[in-house]
Amino acid sequence: MMNSIVAVILNFTNSVWVIFKRELNDYFSTPIAYVFIIIFLILSGIFTFYLGDFFSRGQADLKPFFTYHPWLYLFLIPALSMRLWAEERKTGTIEFLLTLPITTTEAVIGKFLAAWFFTAIALFLTFPLWITVNYLGSPDNGVIVAGYLGSLLMAGAFLSIGSCFSAITKNQVVAFVLSLVVCLVFILSGFPMVLDLFSGWMPELLLKTISSFSFLTHFKAISQGVIDLRDIIFFASLIVFWLFININLVALRKAD
Amino acid sequence: MEETLVEVRHLTKKFDQFTAVNNVSFSVKRGEILGFLGPNGAGKSTTMKMITGFLTPTDGQALVEGIDVSEDSVEAKRCFGYLPEGAPAYPDMTPDSFLRFVAKIRGYKAHQIDERVYNAVARINLSSVLHQPIETLSKGFKRRVGLAQAVLHDPDVLILDEPTDGLDPNQKHEVRQLIREMSKTKAIILSTHILEEVDALCTRAMIISAGKLVADGTPAELSPLDDVFRRLTTHNQALS
Repeated sequence: MMNSIVAVILNFTNSVWVIFKRELNDYFSTPIAYVFIIIFLILSGIFTFYLGDFFSRGQADLKPFFTYHPWLYLFLIPALSMRLWAEERKTGTIEFLLTLPITTTEAVIGKFLAAWFFTAIALFLTFPLWITVNYLGSPDNGVIVAGYLGSLLMAGAFLSIGSCFSAITKNQVVAFVLSLVVCLVFILSGFPMVLDLFSGWMPELLLKTISSFSFLTHFKAISQGVIDLRDIIFFASLIVFWLFININLVALRKAD
Repeated sequence: MEETLVEVRHLTKKFDQFTAVNNVSFSVKRGEILGFLGPNGAGKSTTMKMITGFLTPTDGQALVEGIDVSEDSVEAKRCFGYLPEGAPAYPDMTPDSFLRFVAKIRGYKAHQIDERVYNAVARINLSSVLHQPIETLSKGFKRRVGLAQAVLHDPDVLILDEPTDGLDPNQKHEVRQLIREMSKTKAIILSTHILEEVDALCTRAMIISAGKLVADGTPAELSPLDDVFRRLTTHNQALS
């Protein structure tokens, strides 16, 4: 009994790992990865230094950097995730992949982890900003670490949504638009402007529930260095939820 | 050596109102090369997709080496090699990296991977294009890459969807030679449009039309094949 459980875990790990490596290599074998990373870095720079008033604020922290991450991810992550499953279905490689001795779960998780790790690489490459702010002042680096980790977790949530919608269609543009809209709903549900619209007439409980689904609300605390377990659970549950739907969608729709 | 390696029982596939495969049953033994013939849209590929676990049957079962493909999908998939229609492969990979990927997924480690890939490459004659991106290869070579991944783990069962499609006459001959060699120890199911290929290669032929099995016999029994084919499939198409 113990042997077979170990065997299952080892098989699972091997399959996920092999798929993860293949996908990650694939990102870097075309110019797309480099283009994506450059755009990510440029945009995050623009947001931080111009929109975020980094210099005139005169504060040694990376708040202006982190504040815009939900908006950065809103556009960039669907662009990354749109090809995850749509392309496999379009080119027919999905038939090759899913007739190998692996489970759908292993395939979905392997691809997701590769995309997430790639996002982590892009995020990591913003480290010059961190060095800059340490050179200019004495920021609380613990807050910054929390910000990076929280941002990565939120990126995972965005990705899980994007990956899921990529499995619905063969058309990457449709996948992009659907993912973007759904991610927007998750962001906007916490937007003060949107909440104000409802606050006059909606019951307090409903209002609280809507804003409790907001990426903005949950990320705000993290970006200020506060690691609340509830926020972590929020993003982690979302990832699990959308991955679960993803697995079922791939299994159901693979041959259409 | 006459064990049954593939068994198909009352396999049916419906897409909404359309019945693509209608109550198909047959079995394939070791040493047999079964040719699947039929007009376009007859249900050949759909049947193969169900045997390989890519499609879930609406009804019926497919068993490979006694393992139900729907129930124990992963174990069943270890037992066969599959060449899907069009030989899809990841375009940015090279045949080398692609075959290594397949070897790793199938659980081979380190020097075993080298050995397996080397053998497959030698057998299928891929050494000249080993490090070229697959998208730059000719149709013939792309198909050979697909064949190589199907035989990499030396499975007892091979399921090949139009394996010689797009190959030039010499390549067709080579692939047929290879299939003939491998059939001595394997059960092979291949689908084809080319009637003379059935005569040249198959020990047994089945004709599918509009989802139904309309003929099953040796090429000799079904001779002249093009007449039999036309008669059975045009008739059925008129009815459906």
